[in-house]
Amino acid sequence: MAYKRQIDRLPIIPADAQEFNVTCHYCIVGCGYKAYTWPINRQGGTAPDENKFGEDLSRQQYQDAEAWYAPSMYNIVRQNGRDVHLVVKPDVNCVVNSGLGSVRGARMAENRPSRVTGTQLQRIGDPLVWRNGTWQPTSWDDALDLVARVTARVITEGSEDDLVVSMFDHGGSAGGYENTWGTGKLYFGAMKVKNARIHNRPAYNSEVHSSRDMGVDELNYAYEDYQLTDTIFIVGANPMETQTNLFLNHMVKGLQNGARMVVVDPRRTLTVASAEQFAGKENVLHLAINEGTDLALLNALFTHIADQGWVDREFIEKSTFRDGVAVRQDAAHPASLGSFEHALEAVRMSVEEAAGICSVPAADIVKAAEWIAKPHDDGSRRKCVTAYEKGVIWGNDNYRTVGALVNIALATGNIGREGGGCCRLGGHQEGYFRPSDAHVGRPAEYVDQFLIRGLGAVHHIWACDHYKTTLNASEFKRVHKRRADMVKDAIDAAAGRSREEVVDAIMGAIRMGGLFVVDVDIIHSQIGQNAHVILPACEANEMNLTSMNGERRLRLSERYMDPWGNSRPDCLIAAGIARHMERVLREMGHGEYADRFKGFDWQTEEDAFMDGYHQANPEVTYERLRAMGNNGVQEPVVGFENGRLVGTTRLYTDGRFTRHGREDGKALFCAGAWRGWQAPGKAREKASHRFWINNVRANIFWQNQFLDQKNEFVQDRYPHPFVEMHPDDMVELGINPGDLVEIVNENGVTQGMAYPMPTLKRNTVAMVFGSPAGSQGNVVNPGVNELVLPDYKHTWGNIRKIADATPETRAISFKSHEVAL
Amino acid sequence: MKCNRMVDVGRRQFLRGGFVGAAGAAASAVLPAEAARARGLARVAYPSTRLANIRDLKVNEPMDIAYPDADSPGVLLKLGRPVEGGVGPDGDIVAFSVLCPHKGWLLSYSAGDRTLNCPGHHSRFDCEAGGQQIWGHATQNLPQFLLRVDDKGDIHAEGVDELIYGRLSNVLEA
Ligand code: FES
Repeated sequence: MAYKRQIDRLPIIPADAQEFNVTCHYCIVGCGYKAYTWPINRQGGTAPDENKFGEDLSRQQYQDAEAWYAPSMYNIVRQNGRDVHLVVKPDVNCVVNSGLGSVRGARMAENRPSRVTGTQLQRIGDPLVWRNGTWQPTSWDDALDLVARVTARVITEGSEDDLVVSMFDHGGSAGGYENTWGTGKLYFGAMKVKNARIHNRPAYNSEVHSSRDMGVDELNYAYEDYQLTDTIFIVGANPMETQTNLFLNHMVKGLQNGARMVVVDPRRTLTVASAEQFAGKENVLHLAINEGTDLALLNALFTHIADQGWVDREFIEKSTFRDGVAVRQDAAHPASLGSFEHALEAVRMSVEEAAGICSVPAADIVKAAEWIAKPHDDGSRRKCVTAYEKGVIWGNDNYRTVGALVNIALATGNIGREGGGCCRLGGHQEGYFRPSDAHVGRPAEYVDQFLIRGLGAVHHIWACDHYKTTLNASEFKRVHKRRADMVKDAIDAAAGRSREEVVDAIMGAIRMGGLFVVDVDIIHSQIGQNAHVILPACEANEMNLTSMNGERRLRLSERYMDPWGNSRPDCLIAAGIARHMERVLREMGHGEYADRFKGFDWQTEEDAFMDGYHQANPEVTYERLRAMGNNGVQEPVVGFENGRLVGTTRLYTDGRFTRHGREDGKALFCAGAWRGWQAPGKAREKASHRFWINNVRANIFWQNQFLDQKNEFVQDRYPHPFVEMHPDDMVELGINPGDLVEIVNENGVTQGMAYPMPTLKRNTVAMVFGSPAGSQGNVVNPGVNELVLPDYKHTWGNIRKIADATPETRAISFKSHEVAL
Repeated sequence: MKCNRMVDVGRRQFLRGGFVGAAGAAASAVLPAEAARARGLARVAYPSTRLANIRDLKVNEPMDIAYPDADSPGVLLKLGRPVEGGVGPDGDIVAFSVLCPHKGWLLSYSAGDRTLNCPGHHSRFDCEAGGQQIWGHATQNLPQFLLRVDDKGDIHAEGVDELIYGRLSNVLEA
C-alpha cells in the first residue's frame, strides 16, 4: 500500500512568523531553505495580509509556487522550551537551488524529533551508561566522568596510541566548523591521537591525495561553471541521484545552453537518462566501461588529446612544472609527479588498447576526447568541467585515477577558468577546521584492521557507524563486539561497586583484550550496540552550524529549535570530555598533562567557532554570516567590504597552484600508468564469482538513511535494501521482484530485496550502500590502496534466494526509474 | 502516445490557470456549498463529485477530470486489472491528481507502463501501486482520489489521501 499521510490541510504561516536561514545538512549541495516558526495557538489566514507570502491562499497556487509547502515540510517542535509550529521549505532566492527542494531536504521538518507529532523518537535524549546489563540514562557529569577516567587511565598507563578515534571530518550533518574544531582540538591539540579514522573509511586520510599533491584542491570551481561550459565530463558520479539540485539547477541549465555531456559509468544511471531527455540523445555520450577500468580510459583520452595537440600550451608553460620529475613514486606517493611530458610518457595508452580493456568502442573514446578538448571551428579553446565522485574515489587505483582526471583538466587549461574546474561532487558538505594532522602520518594506520588485530584499548566514536560503512565489515563486527562484550561482562560483574572499582574492572578487561567504547551520536546506532557510554549529540538547526558546499559556499544554518532532550552540540561534548580529562588527570597527579586540556571553556557553539575557524579567518563571524543569508560567501573569504563578506568565486584564476604547498605555485602532472587491479584480492575474487556487486546510492535517502530508517514514506518505498538485478538473471535464478536474496562470498554475507533493472548489464548487481538493514560492506574484502583508501566498489559474489517476497515488498512498484515522457 | 501531447497543452493552460475549461471538460463538477465549511475541521469535508460513468472509460485511456474543484486537475483511469484503491466491478478504476507534488508541474500519462511522469524534473508515479513515487523529488506519493461507484455505474470522487499541490487545504477555503 502506497503510504499516504492522510493530511489534507496544513496550518498557514502567519505574516509575523519568525524566519531562519537553513542550509540543508544532508548532502554536499547544501540547498537553501527557510524555516518559519510561530506560536502553537495561532495560524495565518488565506487573505494576502494574513500570511507570510502575501498571497491569496484561498486560490490554487500554480507551478513553482513559493507559497506551497508539503506535509513533510511541517512539524511541531520545541523552541525555547515551548511547542511551536515549524515549516521548513526551499528558498526561492538561494542561488544554489532556486527554490527546488530535494526528496531529502524537503523532509527536514518531518525528520525533526517531536514529542507532539511523534516523529524521530529514535533520537537519544540522555547520556546512557552500561549498567546492570543494559544502557541506563544518567547525567552528563556521571557519563563524562566514566569516559574521562577510563580514557585517562589508558593513555597514562599506555599511550595516546591506545586511544582509537572514529570521527566525522565533514560539514552539514554532524561535523561543521564548530564540531570538527571541538573534536580536533581535543584529539589533535590536547592529545596527538594517530589511530584515527573518518566516518566512511578505515583511516584518517584524504580521498583525493593525488589531486592535492598535484596542487589542485578538489573543490575549485563554482556551480555556475556548469552553465558556462561546452562540455560536462562526469566520471564515476551520478548527480541526478545524489547531487540532485546541482544537476537540475546548474547542469541541466548548461545542457539547455547547448553544453554536451560525457558520462563514464559501467551502469546506465539516471544522470544519463535524464540528460538525454533534457539535451537530446545526440548530445550525451555514455561510456559504459568495464568496472574498474577508468584509468585505462582516462590515460587513453589524455594521450589522444596530447597527440592531437588539443592542449593549452601557454597554460602548461606558465602554470605547471616543466622540469621532469618533481616527486618520486614512494610509499606515500603511488605514482610519480612532474611535468606534462613526464606524465605523458609514463601513461601513454592508445585508444585501441583502452577500447579493449574497457569494452567500449574506440570511436566513442575519440568522440569523448573531441567533446572534451577539440578546439572549436574558430580555433577557440573548448571549455570542459570535470566532475567525479565515489566511482573513482572508492574505485580501482584511487591515486592514479584521480590524478589522470586532473591531468586532462590541467592539459586543457580547464582549472581556474570560467566553464572549467575539476572537482569531486562530494557527499556531505565540508566544514573541516582542526589542528594539523601531520602526526597521523602517510600512509595512515588502517584503523579497522588495527582494531581487528586486538590493538587499541578505548574507542571513541563520533557519528560514525562502521557497521554500515566499513569494508570487511563481517569480521570487523565480530571482533568489535567480542572485545566490547568483554568489557560489558566486567562491568556487569562489578555491579554495585564504586566508580573506582568499576574502572579497575574495565581496565582488567582491557588488559585481557577488551575494548571500552564511547559512542557520540544522535541515535542509538548499530556500532552503538557495543558502546559502554553513549553521549547524545544534536543536529544542525538544534544548534547553529557553519559548513561549506561543493563550490565552497559557506553559510550559517541557524538554530530554530532546541536540542532534543538533554543532547548537546558535538563541540560542547568534546569540551565536556576535555574538562573532565583535565580534572581526572590532575586528580591522578598528572598536572602537566592536565594543563593540555585547558581552553575548552566554551558555553555555546559560537564560542567554539570563534576559538577555531574565526582565528584563521578573522573576517568571519556569526553576525556577518547571518547577514549573508542563504547565499553566504564562497571560501576563501578575502575581505569585508560595505557590510558584506567578500569571497572567491573560483580558485586558481591567477594560474598559481598551491594545494601541494609548493612555493613555485606550479601544478604537477601525475605519471600513473594503468596497472590492472590495484588492491589485493580483487582479481582473484572477480575470477571466482558470477556477479559484480556494485554499491550505489538512491536519491530518496542518501545521506540521511539513519533518520529514514524511521520514516514511513521511505520505508514504504524500500522496506529492505534494494539489490537491482537484470531481469534475465533473476529469471535464471528463479528470483521474483521483491524476493529476499543473499549475496555471498568469502568475506561475508549480506541481504536485500531483488529489484529488476533492465538497464543493468547482465551479471552485475547494484546494491544500495550503507543500509542499516543490509550492509554491503559485509562482502567487501579488506583490500585498500597504498594510502588506505578502500575499494568498496569492487566486490564479486554469488546470489541466493532466501525468501519469497513479503507482503511489504510485494506491494511496492518495481517499474523502471527512467522517466517516460 | 497522444495523451502526452494533450497534457502538454494542459500544462500551458494550467500555468495561467483555468486548466479545466479546456482539457477537463468531463469534470463540469458541481461545486458544493459545503466547501466553505472546511475551516476549523480536523479533516476537511469533501464534496461528492460525479466524474464519469463506467461506460465512458476504455482500458488504459486516461480521462481528464478535476476534483475537488475545477482548479485541481486529475486523471481517471480504468487499468484493466485490479489495483490498489481500485473500484468498479473489476476493481481497476482509479483517479489521481496530476499536479506533481514536487513543484506542481503537470504530469503526463504513459500508457506503456501505466505511470504518471513529470516533465519538470522527471519524477514518476505508479498508477498501479496507489500512486507510489517510483523515483523522484516529491516527498509524498501522488494524491489519490477516493472513488465510489453507484448502482447506475456513475463514478463519484469523495476524498483525497494526500495534500494536493498548490493548496494548503484540499478543499479551498475563503
Ligand atoms: S515538478 Fe515534477 S519533478 Fe519537479
